[in-house]
Formats: sequence, C-alpha cells, structure tokens
Amino acid sequence: MSKTAVIDVKNQDLIETLRDFFKTVLEQDEISAIQVPWRLPMKNMVMPTLITDPERLSGADPLSPAFPMNSAKIVSRLTRKEAGGIVAAVMRPCEIRAFIELVKLKQGRIENLVIIGIDCLGAFQNRDYFNWIENDGEESSKKFYTSVLNGKGAAADGIDLSPACQVCESPIPMGADIAIGLYGMDTSNQILIQAETDKGENLMTKFQLTDEEEPPSRKKAVEKLVEERTAARDNMFTETHDATDNLEKLTMYLANCVNCYNCRVACPVCYCRECVFVTDVFDHEPSQYLRWADRKGAVKMPTDTVFYHITRLAHMSTACVGCGQCSNACPNDISVMELFRSISQNTQNAFDYTPGQSIEDKPPLSVFKEEEFEEVVGID
Amino acid sequence: MSEFEPTIVAFFCNWCTYTAADLAGTSRLSYPPNIKIIRVMCSGMIDPKYVIKAMLEGADGVLVSGCNPGDCHYINGNYKARRRIKLLKEILPQFGFEPERLRLTWIAASDGLLFAEVMRDMTEQLKTLGPCEAKLKMVI
Repeated sequence: MSKTAVIDVKNQDLIETLRDFFKTVLEQDEISAIQVPWRLPMKNMVMPTLITDPERLSGADPLSPAFPMNSAKIVSRLTRKEAGGIVAAVMRPCEIRAFIELVKLKQGRIENLVIIGIDCLGAFQNRDYFNWIENDGEESSKKFYTSVLNGKGAAADGIDLSPACQVCESPIPMGADIAIGLYGMDTSNQILIQAETDKGENLMTKFQLTDEEEPPSRKKAVEKLVEERTAARDNMFTETHDATDNLEKLTMYLANCVNCYNCRVACPVCYCRECVFVTDVFDHEPSQYLRWADRKGAVKMPTDTVFYHITRLAHMSTACVGCGQCSNACPNDISVMELFRSISQNTQNAFDYTPGQSIEDKPPLSVFKEEEFEEVVGID
Repeated sequence: MSEFEPTIVAFFCNWCTYTAADLAGTSRLSYPPNIKIIRVMCSGMIDPKYVIKAMLEGADGVLVSGCNPGDCHYINGNYKARRRIKLLKEILPQFGFEPERLRLTWIAASDGLLFAEVMRDMTEQLKTLGPCEAKLKMVI
C-alpha cells in the first residue's frame, strides 16, 4: 500500500512543478475537479478553490503562507453527499486530520475524494499575512518557501509563523491518499510523491512515474523538525498552564473575550450543526441578569464567557488538531490555540486518542468499555 | 464565625441513586442537608456543561451518581457518564478546581445506607477543602 516516486523540479520552479502535478491529476478521466489553495485574481489572498479547468491551475499557490481557514469544513461540504464525480483536494496536514474527524462524525465522506497532502511549511496569522504580502503574491510565496526549505526559517521581514505552526509537531501529512514530500529533499531538483492508500496507488500508477526510494536525508530532516517543534510545544504547554492554573488566572486569560464565538465558527472540529450557545438556552430572561448581578454585586456582560470556553473544551478538545484557526479568528488577540492545545493534550492522552490518525479510531466520547476509568468512581 | 457549609449540586439518576435517596429518607437515616438534588432520568444524560455551569456558579462540589455497572435502566448510560466524568477530571483540575469537588458514585436503589454515608463523607471532605474559588471571585 505504499508507492514512492520522485518528480523532477523544472527550472528550479517548485510552484510550477506542483501545478503541473495537479494538472496531471485533474486530467485523469475519473477526477472531476480539484480543490487547491488558489490566489484570487482580484486580490493577493489565497483561498481554497474548486477547479475544473486545468488552465486555471496557473493560479494555484499551495506553498503560500496564507491560511485563511481550515479547508476541512469546505471539503466536508463537498463530500457530505454524492457529488456526481470524484474530487481531489490539496490540503495541509492539519486540514486532513480535521477532515478525518469530520468523517467519523458523518459530516464528510472519503469515498469520492482523493486527498493530496503536502509537507506543511507553515503559515502566518491572517493579519501578519496581510501586512507581509507584497504586490507580487507569487514572488512573496517563492521568497517564503525558499527560506523555509533552505533551513533559514520562516521569519521573513520580521514576521514568523503563526503560534500554532511554531509548535506544530505534525507537519507531515498523514491520512492522505497521495503525499508530497519537501522536507529533506533537494527541492531545487526533486520532490517526493508517495501513495499512502490503495486509492492513491491506483491513481499514481497512471502518472507513469519511476519508483524511487525515499532518500535517507528526508527521515533525518523530518525527525529534526519534529523534535524542535515538540520541544517548542512543550514549552508552550508549560507557559500556558502557568498562566491558567486557577480560576482567577483563567478569567484574566479570557478577559478580552466578547463572546463573538468566532473561534468556534473557525474551528474545523466544532461539529455541532447548531451551537448550544446561540440557542434559546442562552436567551436568558432579563430578570435573570439582575439576579446574577445581585449575587456578587456585579456581573460581566455578556455573561457565560468562561462557561463557553470550558464547555467548548469539553466538547471538542479530544478532536483538536491544533490548526490555530481559533486564534486566527479572535478579534481581541486571545491566545485561544495555546489554551485549547494544552488542555487537549490532557484529554487526548487520557483516552489514548490522536485525532486524525485513523478513520477507524472512534471519537472517545462515542464509545466505552465496561471496565475502564475505575479511578474516577467513588469518593476516597 | 459559623462553620463553612458547602453546597453540593447532585445529579441523581431516577432509577438507582434517587430511589436510594428516597429510601434513606423513608428509613429516617440522617445525612447533612448540604445537597441540592437534581433528578435526571439517567446519569448518561448529564452533559458536561451541567457540571461546568454548577462549578462556575459557585457549587463547592458536584456529585453525579447512577446505577452500578451492569444495572443501568437504559443498558449503558452509566458507562457513558463515566467517560464524561473522566473527561471533566482532565479539564477542571487544570483550572484549579480540586479533583475532590467532582465525584461520581454508583448507589443502588436498595442502598439507602450507602447513600447517607456518601453524603456525610463528601460534605466532610468539602468542609476540609473550603469554599470553591468560583464562589469567592468574580467569574466572567
């Protein structure tokens, strides 16, 4: 179930090479459309775009540090019912992981989908991206990926990767049908193409690529990156824990929150079709607010801010893939990602669950065993 | 100053623990009055947000209690409850809520004695622990 090949990089132009590859995919008879990160013609913004005309792929920009949304939700829309054709989707590793979580929740299907994953070079926060992007979007992307792939880091013009990407220990796609490898490759000459499922292998056979071994330099480069990121992540966990380890600190941490709920709109694994926090349950009687105010002499409006965040943690933390879109969406610069990833580390460990790892692993709160977690029962 | 009296919000399943509470009453067993009982049809219907809300509103402790494993009136609701309590016990203590403030027990309908004992023990433990931070401080 694994087929490995390389593609030559033409004229040292990585973006053009990837576009050609996407074109080859789209030109296969069985593929109806391909979704790729695409530079909008009217503005230097890169958005997930569904493409049927191979010529349009000249606007694909899969290595840009723009990450306006987690495309798992888009792919979920595309696949929740029969679309009348097979769609290929080019996704970041965290988008694939989130999508797999949605498939488990019956909010997407993999049957008529080919997932193409690319080693993730990371992304900037939205606001940083807007400030950084120059008139020539493609040149900017080139500047970015050249710097990252040459080991010079992502910090360009004083702008670094988003906090989520800086602590992301899973930059290599898992769960993709076809994975494109960049790290540890001599990307001015060759990139790696790997089929990771039968579906991917069947498709790849049609590309007539020669089988090749994965170069040993890749494994080493990936291990080094993962090690660095894991260390950064663990530091982040410690700092976040120290900043939130009692209710007073947590309240301070969340004090800028205005209950806009953008974080849950942006969250790819906040799966409820209608969030309880926007239902009648929270349409309190006006007199209720007065009673609440009376209790301690003051009540912050809107109410239920901490309640909202802890409830969201209880609902989705086992599925958190760490994409950081929550922080990206926060209008008031709350470090949402740090809080959610720190707690998710606990809840995911408790159920020995890695979101996005396998479609076979059931979400922890959808299953149980008769004998487990005896330690939480009783009052000793 | 009078002794601190903890408030315990208790979610009891209709079939076992609530019936045990009834039995303790009709058997004239005495237990501390610190407990505010909310009867639910099954421990498996207790959404984590009920527990979170109670804690943030200033409950000093939350007790969830249902049927013994294998005895659930709805076959397996209590196993689901146990996973949710496990989940909450991974989250709440991270924000300084002592683990003792959230308890899960199984008390059978016939076990009024055990019911009274659990109420006494939990009340004692919470008296030692003192009031919950959410009761004293402003929570946004």
